Amino acid sequence: MRYRVAIIGAGIVGTSIARVLSRYENLDIHVIEKNPDVGWGVSKANTGLIHGGYDDDPDKYPLRAKLCIRGNEIWHRWVKELEIPHVWNGALVVALRDEDIKELEVLRRRGERNGVEGLRIISRKELLDMEPLLTPDAKAALFVPNAGQLSPVPAVIALAENSVSNGVKFHLATEVRKIGVKNGAVRWLETNRGRIDADIIINASGLYADSISRMLGIGYFTITPRKGEYLIFDEGIPAPSRILFPTPTPKSKGVVVTKEIGGHLMIGPNAQDLDRKDKENFATTLEGLKEVRDKAKKLWPRIPENGVIRSFAGLRPEPTGGDFIIRSEELWGFLNVAGIRSPGLTSAPAIAYHVRDLLIHELDVKLVEKKKWNPYRKDILRISRMSKNQASSLIGKRPQYGRIVCRCNLVTEGEVMEAIERMRYIGVPQPSIDSVKFRTKATGGTCQGSFCRPKIAWLLAREYEVPLWKVTLKGEGSELGIGDIKVLLRGDGK
Amino acid sequence: MSSEDYHVAVIGGGPAGMAAAYRAWEFGAKVILLDENSYLGGILPQCIHPGFGIHYFKEELTGGEFAHRLQKRIEDSDVEVLFSARVMKMKNGKKKRLVVISPKGIEEISASTVIYAAGARERHVFELGITGDRVAGIYTAGEAQALMDLYGIMPGKEILIVGSGDVGLIMARRFALEGAQVKGVVELMPYPGGLARNLVILQDFNIPLYLSHKVVEIRGKGRVERVKVVKLDSSGQEIPGSELWIHADTVIISAGLIPNIKLLKNLGVRIDAATGGPEINELWETSLQGIFAAGNSVIINDLVDYAVEQGERAAEGAWHRILENRDGRWKKVRRGNNIRFVVPHYISGERDVVLYLRVSAPMENATLMIPELEKALHFSVLKPAEMVRISIKKEELEDAKGITVEVKP
Repeated sequence: MRYRVAIIGAGIVGTSIARVLSRYENLDIHVIEKNPDVGWGVSKANTGLIHGGYDDDPDKYPLRAKLCIRGNEIWHRWVKELEIPHVWNGALVVALRDEDIKELEVLRRRGERNGVEGLRIISRKELLDMEPLLTPDAKAALFVPNAGQLSPVPAVIALAENSVSNGVKFHLATEVRKIGVKNGAVRWLETNRGRIDADIIINASGLYADSISRMLGIGYFTITPRKGEYLIFDEGIPAPSRILFPTPTPKSKGVVVTKEIGGHLMIGPNAQDLDRKDKENFATTLEGLKEVRDKAKKLWPRIPENGVIRSFAGLRPEPTGGDFIIRSEELWGFLNVAGIRSPGLTSAPAIAYHVRDLLIHELDVKLVEKKKWNPYRKDILRISRMSKNQASSLIGKRPQYGRIVCRCNLVTEGEVMEAIERMRYIGVPQPSIDSVKFRTKATGGTCQGSFCRPKIAWLLAREYEVPLWKVTLKGEGSELGIGDIKVLLRGDGK
Repeated sequence: MSSEDYHVAVIGGGPAGMAAAYRAWEFGAKVILLDENSYLGGILPQCIHPGFGIHYFKEELTGGEFAHRLQKRIEDSDVEVLFSARVMKMKNGKKKRLVVISPKGIEEISASTVIYAAGARERHVFELGITGDRVAGIYTAGEAQALMDLYGIMPGKEILIVGSGDVGLIMARRFALEGAQVKGVVELMPYPGGLARNLVILQDFNIPLYLSHKVVEIRGKGRVERVKVVKLDSSGQEIPGSELWIHADTVIISAGLIPNIKLLKNLGVRIDAATGGPEINELWETSLQGIFAAGNSVIINDLVDYAVEQGERAAEGAWHRILENRDGRWKKVRRGNNIRFVVPHYISGERDVVLYLRVSAPMENATLMIPELEKALHFSVLKPAEMVRISIKKEELEDAKGITVEVKP
């Protein structure tokens, strides 16, 4: 039997589910996303850590504990198959007070119970040999060798591209308004772009999972936005080679000090619970950024006063009860995949397999594997990562790979054009600078795009055949201009 | 071309770079000029306002016209130009080697000397510590200028300008002339930052100037909607309760330029913290032999004429290095009272020199002194906004072991 599956939300969870389900012949998969591109919700502002799996107490948070460690294992394979920028650099949970050392011991035992291998507590001396610029106040650390980092939005993009190559259809800039039910089962979605039929609906809508679920009268959980703010520093400012955590508190894993995938020192996040309705509040605050700075300095004293190239805030979806909510609801065909807070990025691949198993066991869906399924996806060609010979031969064939657009991150016109091609491939309906930024890193360097943004906008306008001023920064309402240069003098401006 | 050697490789085809390349060619050098754009001129082509060339060409030109004159010279010379070219790496040695990427491929260019004229970049919103929403409508002045006058689009209609330097004031006028409402210019300092000739813009277009004010937060959904500004006390601290919200859809950041020196830094060139650029001697040679620098990558100039003069001086230096390869006995130029920076950092006394400097704070009826030379120059007013250029004859320098530049009331 064939099933139409609608996944609401194209974040790391929705696209992971799409990839896993795309393997089956008898599923017709549609991903519905309100933003014009994938990965722009919770996934966007995220530390990008692949956690080790020692942090979640299996008695309190059984799903988190189980899926984190499994997710970590699967990511080791997926990053290779999908060419996702990543590093397996390990993490250090640092004890700054003698009493923290006891807590490290608790984490180590918990990690072993969760099945994490290679955990060990290392001495101050070994620790400072590993990270010479770490605070001299460090007493000891838990070394977590299996932890790593990846770029979250590029990961979502990779999953989306791979899903499309396996037949998944993305409906971007498409917002779910209502869910249709008939005879005790879900039947269709009503969206701003019309009706989409579905036999199975998977709610992976991040911060809005409670609202979507309530459309069906299923209201046993709420999602509270928890804000986290971050600072990124200019290249050349020393960053640790491993992920540095403070000893955790019950609320949060604490402010992390890392070298993000692009090579910049990154610190954050703090954790501030917002009002349940305040789900579009991505503003950074003076107090929040100061808190991040002060806390990070305790681990990494050499955080300079200047040298910030970007600050940003993200919202984590904190569910009632704290554990992931992954359930096939009584209403046939409706699955909630909600409250995917930390370690959500790590767990996403395992969540996807868990959802597949729910289809098999709870909904009795007989899945038929495709004979031909493509596990691979190639990354955009990047001049900055090539040898001189590779780069020369590429430029010889396609000269636009020799024309630098973003000088800070050495991104070429060829890469921007390839990004635009790939936006179209997954169905990004409108041109935006952020879509190119997440695919290429252009505008993400020292100058933050003041030289290259107009050039990228020009390429986007040309390829999408829209007037230049209509190119957006990050979707509708964020257009770069209000019209051509004479629009106000003519008097026909908005 | 890769095996061919040049006497001089000039990085950057803006005013300083074009002037350096042309002058070096005039001396007889074999010159290559590299620029990342597909045209020469750097930032000049987007500067459609007048005020360029008063000193150098003795007439007032627009940025585009000024650039065109230098472009013509380059075209009429044997300077080889490589367009759409970016230097990825520079290696120092007896020969300087540049690894260059362009649509022609990746090639290594070898030259006896390098003149680095890569200009400056603008300080952006994140560097100012402004918090809030990261929305559309926030531009550096240069980006807004490019959008308007290279690409022909209007960024917004209610404009708030951050910083009262020349670029900010010129953009205020530019927006007003296209029918936008300029809601104000916000300046951190208790005095305005621009040249007097540009400050009249505020009166001409009736634009409020908020001195001793700071933009702290930008809010909006999708696009800028309102901007929080606070007043500062005389020590620069925010005055509680002084917050005001200004409604605007566009924020223009004009908060200063920073020399682009990444390649120089990677080479290990000594950097002056006061300028953010390399330390240089009177021939605009950096701490590394054969590596010269000029224009805004050394100091942020008010006038393009000065950048051109610096480029020509660097060309002279490069040619001197090629011909004589001899070092002067360097005398240090020291910063005294109320001097934010002074370049060159080293002089020899073997030739006339031009010093460029800025004061740290405004001063009326000021005397600029170089005690070692018993030199004193009187100014009715000295302002940080206006760079001071003074010439010193080599005869004056003969006996000095070093000089100190200071300003006193």
